[in-house]
Amino acid sequence: MTSKRDLLVIAREIAGSARGSEQIEARVGRGRDTDVEVLRGSVESLTVAESEGVTIRVVVDGRQGVASAGSLDPEIVAATLKDARDNARFAEPDEFSGLATPAELGDSLVPELDLWRDDLALIPTEEKVAMALELERAVLSANSLVRGVESSSYGDGSNESALVTSTGIEAAQRRTTASLGASALAGPETDTQTGYGFSVGRTLSDLDLEYAANQAANRAVRLLGATQPKTQRIPVILDPLVTRTVLALIVSALGAESVQKGRSMFAGRLGEEIGSPIVNLIEDPTNPEAFGATPFDSEGAPTRRVDLVTAGVLNGYLHNVTTARRGKTVTTGSALGSGVGARAAYLRPGPLSVEELFASVPHALYVQSVSGIHSGTSTVSGDFSVGAEGLMVRDGVFAEPVREATIASTLPRILLDIAQIGSDLTWLPGGGAGLTLLISDMMLSGS
Amino acid sequence: MLDEDVIRRTLGTALKRGGDFAEVFVEEKTSSSASLDDGRVEEVSSSRRRGVGIRVVVGETTGFAHTADLSEEGLRSAAEAAAGAAQGSAGVREVGVFSRKTVEPTHDVRDYPESIDKEIKVEALRRADAAARAEGGAIAQVSASYADSRRRILVANSDGLIAGDEQIRTRFSVNAVATGDTGLQTGMESPGRTVGWELLEEFPPEQTAQIAARRALSKLEARPAPSGKWPVVLKKGAGGVLFHEACGHGLEADLVARDASIFKGRVGEQVASSLVTVVDDGRLAREWGAYGIDDEGAAAQRSVLIEDGVLTDYMWDLLRARKEGRKSTGNGRRETYMNLPMVRMTNTFLERGETDPEDIISATDYGIYCVALGGGQVNTATGDFVFGVTEAYLIENGVLTAPLRNAQLIGNGAEALRAIDLVGNDFDTWAGTCGKDGQGVPVSSGQPTLRVSELTVGGTGA
Repeated sequence: MTSKRDLLVIAREIAGSARGSEQIEARVGRGRDTDVEVLRGSVESLTVAESEGVTIRVVVDGRQGVASAGSLDPEIVAATLKDARDNARFAEPDEFSGLATPAELGDSLVPELDLWRDDLALIPTEEKVAMALELERAVLSANSLVRGVESSSYGDGSNESALVTSTGIEAAQRRTTASLGASALAGPETDTQTGYGFSVGRTLSDLDLEYAANQAANRAVRLLGATQPKTQRIPVILDPLVTRTVLALIVSALGAESVQKGRSMFAGRLGEEIGSPIVNLIEDPTNPEAFGATPFDSEGAPTRRVDLVTAGVLNGYLHNVTTARRGKTVTTGSALGSGVGARAAYLRPGPLSVEELFASVPHALYVQSVSGIHSGTSTVSGDFSVGAEGLMVRDGVFAEPVREATIASTLPRILLDIAQIGSDLTWLPGGGAGLTLLISDMMLSGS
Repeated sequence: MLDEDVIRRTLGTALKRGGDFAEVFVEEKTSSSASLDDGRVEEVSSSRRRGVGIRVVVGETTGFAHTADLSEEGLRSAAEAAAGAAQGSAGVREVGVFSRKTVEPTHDVRDYPESIDKEIKVEALRRADAAARAEGGAIAQVSASYADSRRRILVANSDGLIAGDEQIRTRFSVNAVATGDTGLQTGMESPGRTVGWELLEEFPPEQTAQIAARRALSKLEARPAPSGKWPVVLKKGAGGVLFHEACGHGLEADLVARDASIFKGRVGEQVASSLVTVVDDGRLAREWGAYGIDDEGAAAQRSVLIEDGVLTDYMWDLLRARKEGRKSTGNGRRETYMNLPMVRMTNTFLERGETDPEDIISATDYGIYCVALGGGQVNTATGDFVFGVTEAYLIENGVLTAPLRNAQLIGNGAEALRAIDLVGNDFDTWAGTCGKDGQGVPVSSGQPTLRVSELTVGGTGA
């Protein structure tokens, strides 16, 4: 792979071709990925791949065109720039659009984040293959009720990117990632349950194979014999993965773009109490622990910590340069693609361990996974009604497993109903963190 | 797209270290899209992708590499990487003599995406915006977008197969937000076909906009769905996605081989009501999941999966089929040249029956009539599913009454198939993206209006 400097040179060349009042933003990247899938003790597939790409944004008199290509070949880059210029002719002008300028970003500095591990490139493929095979064995031996492994895989990637604008912004970064994932099959064929386990890090030695294997096995086995629960109102404990999913919905409604366009349930609520007093919701891509950590956003603005909700009160929204201009404020470094979005949102952990949180309520439904998120929830209306599987919790411990159920509330209601926040903050793949959460009341629908 | 001699030499390099099979997959795809939001065409964009994926199969192991460098050197280096990833002791294999496979085009595209001026395309977005807003003052926000693509593929393998295809797709979407006493509600409609810009003649922007806007408006009036076990009538087209998720995936040979299907070992058994025949048909003209050849070079075909309730066959890709000594059913697909192919559905549907759809509603004393489903999720190992309903009405004494919101259908695919007791003589399809293992491919699903005698409805009402 070519060095970081080369990408900056390519991006500068593209941005440097701006003429007249035209503004050009060039984002270029290169990556190398390895992926191993194993099945029944042998390698099912091994993928070794290099990829590269460019995305060019052209703004002329407030009209914006974008074009991208999966290649850095000079001819293709030139054709992509031509496409972006052509596309800009057909968009309609917006007085607030246009690339960020260094003056607008003020004196905020791009944070130094250590997201790269040199050793990843030196690890022989055999070691990665061996790890995926070992993971499969570990899942099978984790519990005698595990009858098979649907998939077991190891993957890693190293990616470098650079962003240069004709307005004078330049930024470059690089990152490595490594992950293990397995899906366990437990129980007889007439009552199969599946459970997913994973471990993520920046290089192979960060990965916790035993943890991933036990997680996959436990999550499948503990659902064996699940039945449909009775319809009732009940306190609900969310698994960290589920918490992350719910938080992602809430945070997406805190993007200024949806707020300004009248598409957010939190529009016009600044300064108001939108959550229970123990809720502190933070977006912080400068935390290197976060999988979505990045020193700058997709417009080249430095990222920073944003306190969205403090002690239940809504403090602010996430902004990119365009929404900040429209809202007469400054960007929060939250540009994501062409829009606004969170990369590393989390709830500030509470004082209770998971065991203490379980024991804090006599009777609850523990939700291990939810389904139908895209159809059953809306960040516009706040509707929240999703499929759920998990276990009943009685006297602080797991009781019978349940399936074919739904849980329903509304997203604003859930924020207000947060009764306890666990201390078990876990950063998750795909950005954002989860922890165990107790919601005081939801509608559980079953039989 | 690539010189045949270059491909032959590349396959030779791929098999240099031994192997049972090697394949070169070339893909070139251009796409364009534009989005209107808040009354303004915000962004017009386009993308292009071109590259080659090379795989080498040795025994149970597949080595795979891909590159965007289409020079002979770039191909050789990718072929060596794939060969290195699947190092085998199998003897060196000769590359077979290429015989070009021709397939009848499934599409008859009239207006190629690039032949239509972008100004005409963005104008269609403005027409949709105006039409949605004209549905009433309660429509507070509208977004609209189009997306079209042209994908050309070429597949060549060491068995001597060489085949190509061109796939054109066009989709138009409108999303409306309505505001009222119950807050904000959304409605969406998004027709897509394997055709060019003529899509808009079959689905005029105004019509798509009206459907989306009326869906949002009807939710303002809607009351929470009653939870409990009720008969559920699925309007034609609306419920296909449910059967795609809850039954279709279990009929994919790779999931069967992984022990992750409820249909494993059940060929020849009665798995559904005798009113049910399920078909996967990649050649269904103009449908969103149609193509000439799959991404392994096999011609798309019509496969009957369940006939009169009896399980007849699974869907197969090349590698699974080779292992079983049978032919692929043309269901080997991949999202891009950067992915390995696997068994995927195309256009999957329940065949029409004999009952008049109106009679199905009038035969139902109390139940839920579902007009549009959202996405859903399914555990393919158990067939358990949950689906959100985005537009639904109450059936009382055989008549549609109040609009409902927040309904969820919860059940089990195999049980739902057995519980189908009325099948209509109408038919419609729905275009979507199937995201198996993180690879998105266009599919459609379809069904006549039908009734499931009992399904659990999760709702927030009593």
